[in-house]
Amino acid sequence: MLAGIPWEIIAIQTVNGIVTGMILALVASGLTLIFGIMDVVNFAHGELFMLGAYIGVIVLGTSGSFWIALVVSTLVVALLGAAMQISTLRPLLGRDPLTTILATFGLSLVLQNYALWQFGPVARKIQEPITGHFQLFYLDYPWYRLVIAGLSAAIIAALYLFLKYGRYGVWIRATTQDRVMAQAMGIPVPWVHTMVFAIGAGMAAASGVLFGPLVGVNHAMGLDWVLKAFIVVVVGGMGNLGGSILAAIFISLLEAYASIWVSPAQAIIVSSVVLVLTLLFRPTGLFVPTPK
Amino acid sequence: MMKQRYNTSFWIAFAIVIALLILAPLVLPEFWRRFLTEILIWGLLAMSSDILIGYTGMVSFGHSAFFGLGMYGAAAALLMVKPPNLWLAILYGLAGSAIIALFVAYFSTRLRDIYFAITTLIFSQIFYVIIFTWTEVTGGENGLSFRRPEFGIPGVWTAPFTSATLHWFVLAVVAASYLIVRRITQSPFGMVLQSIRENEARTRAIGYPVERYKMVAVMLSGLFAGLAGVLYAIQNRFAAPDFVYFLISGEAVIFNVMGGIGTLVGPFFGAAFFLAMREFLSRMFPYLASVLGIPQLAEFPYLVPLGIIFILMVIFLPQGLLGFAKRWLNR
Repeated sequence: MLAGIPWEIIAIQTVNGIVTGMILALVASGLTLIFGIMDVVNFAHGELFMLGAYIGVIVLGTSGSFWIALVVSTLVVALLGAAMQISTLRPLLGRDPLTTILATFGLSLVLQNYALWQFGPVARKIQEPITGHFQLFYLDYPWYRLVIAGLSAAIIAALYLFLKYGRYGVWIRATTQDRVMAQAMGIPVPWVHTMVFAIGAGMAAASGVLFGPLVGVNHAMGLDWVLKAFIVVVVGGMGNLGGSILAAIFISLLEAYASIWVSPAQAIIVSSVVLVLTLLFRPTGLFVPTPK
Repeated sequence: MMKQRYNTSFWIAFAIVIALLILAPLVLPEFWRRFLTEILIWGLLAMSSDILIGYTGMVSFGHSAFFGLGMYGAAAALLMVKPPNLWLAILYGLAGSAIIALFVAYFSTRLRDIYFAITTLIFSQIFYVIIFTWTEVTGGENGLSFRRPEFGIPGVWTAPFTSATLHWFVLAVVAASYLIVRRITQSPFGMVLQSIRENEARTRAIGYPVERYKMVAVMLSGLFAGLAGVLYAIQNRFAAPDFVYFLISGEAVIFNVMGGIGTLVGPFFGAAFFLAMREFLSRMFPYLASVLGIPQLAEFPYLVPLGIIFILMVIFLPQGLLGFAKRWLNR
């Protein structure tokens, strides 16, 4: 017992918090990557998440395999992201970063309303690929939730390794550090931007497919996530990949504990309190070293 | 000399526009009369947001919170005080939005640029969640509905609003707000705001307390957004959580960008353009569907073409319709 709450409930909420935290980290790291390299706040990130889930539904319906759906949806949305970047964000290169917020907000309106028209207001269901359960205290806890957490961690780790050792990963880091110098060294900076946007879009789509079985797939599902991802990105320190992963887990754990007392819809108030405190005491972000 | 002539032509143009707007309800049918009133209200919301976007260089994605609190404040006055009093509704609405604006201003002005935009967005969503889930007080998802108050002073003289007198009332409030905001932006205070937009570090170096100026700007902006909310509540006789949702803030930003930021009049043009396009598109698609024989097309959301137009304007027409017209006239 801790403050009148049985240990079992705390343990279950911890597991829940880590699982959603990993998904959130996957969404937020795409957002952070895009922001860190091109100063673009991608308002349409939630819509990429939603489109990923819908394409997952369609591919799952035709192929019957969840894993094929996951891969195909990631690739298709990554291509779509590249197309979006080339058509709307590339012309804005070098202008005030605020214009990119406006452009991506327009994209999000278009995509969301199109999805509503194309797929209708009724939520679609993605069948879980793994249906087994195990005993977690008094609960039958689905294995699939742990698989999600593991897969998200694996994707984030792959991204990290790619950025650290991959040839193109080095290009990306070079462009983040100094755009002009990278260009001078012969790195095709505009294409690096496109590639980064595509990677971020693909990660959003992957998280959409992975998360699809837990909630229904509908046209507005991206909104909650993009909002939480924004909180994570500010709390974690903008453009800081490690910080936003830690912040994602931290905030999800807090919301999981908070939902012991309040409804899950109200749990977002807790994360906003964290946001306010961060803004008050550490406006550069909770998980970044103190600037000297 | 130049300044004098510019001022005279401004007042002549202002008088002509106001005269046209006064006469409009006499010739327009009921639907378009309401439509025109609505444009004025949304234009007021967009203009309040222009104080931040155009004059201080801060894009707020949280104006729905001020607008919505204005609506709920008016609802509180109209439901709790008997008999319903128009002036009390305005007072309560302004008070509601002022409190929220103080809160948002205090925290979000610590951040700049994109961070400011994101924090205002998150704050407005928090208020949305609170209003949406606090059903006992706010009516939750269904919101609150009430009867429209009468014009005049209760107990002395009152007259019920018709759609024409409501239009004139809204017009008077909006025109007064426009003149006040115009005066503020031309005052020394407004000049400091513009210098913050141009170069924040330098403004601070000269010795202006930039944070305090920004906070006052956010609060002013929030007050006028709240006033727009009160007018909308009185026109439509309800307050609903949908109007606290961030899409409303997004629309305010869209009106600004479409009309031309930093002009105060531009946002009204933007609102008129957006709403006219909405009416046009939501009639065109059912028509196209019947002509082309594709029934699904009738339901096609108008926000898809409008969103594309918006993106194109962000890329190719950053000064908005008004800036474009100005350049075209000067050529």
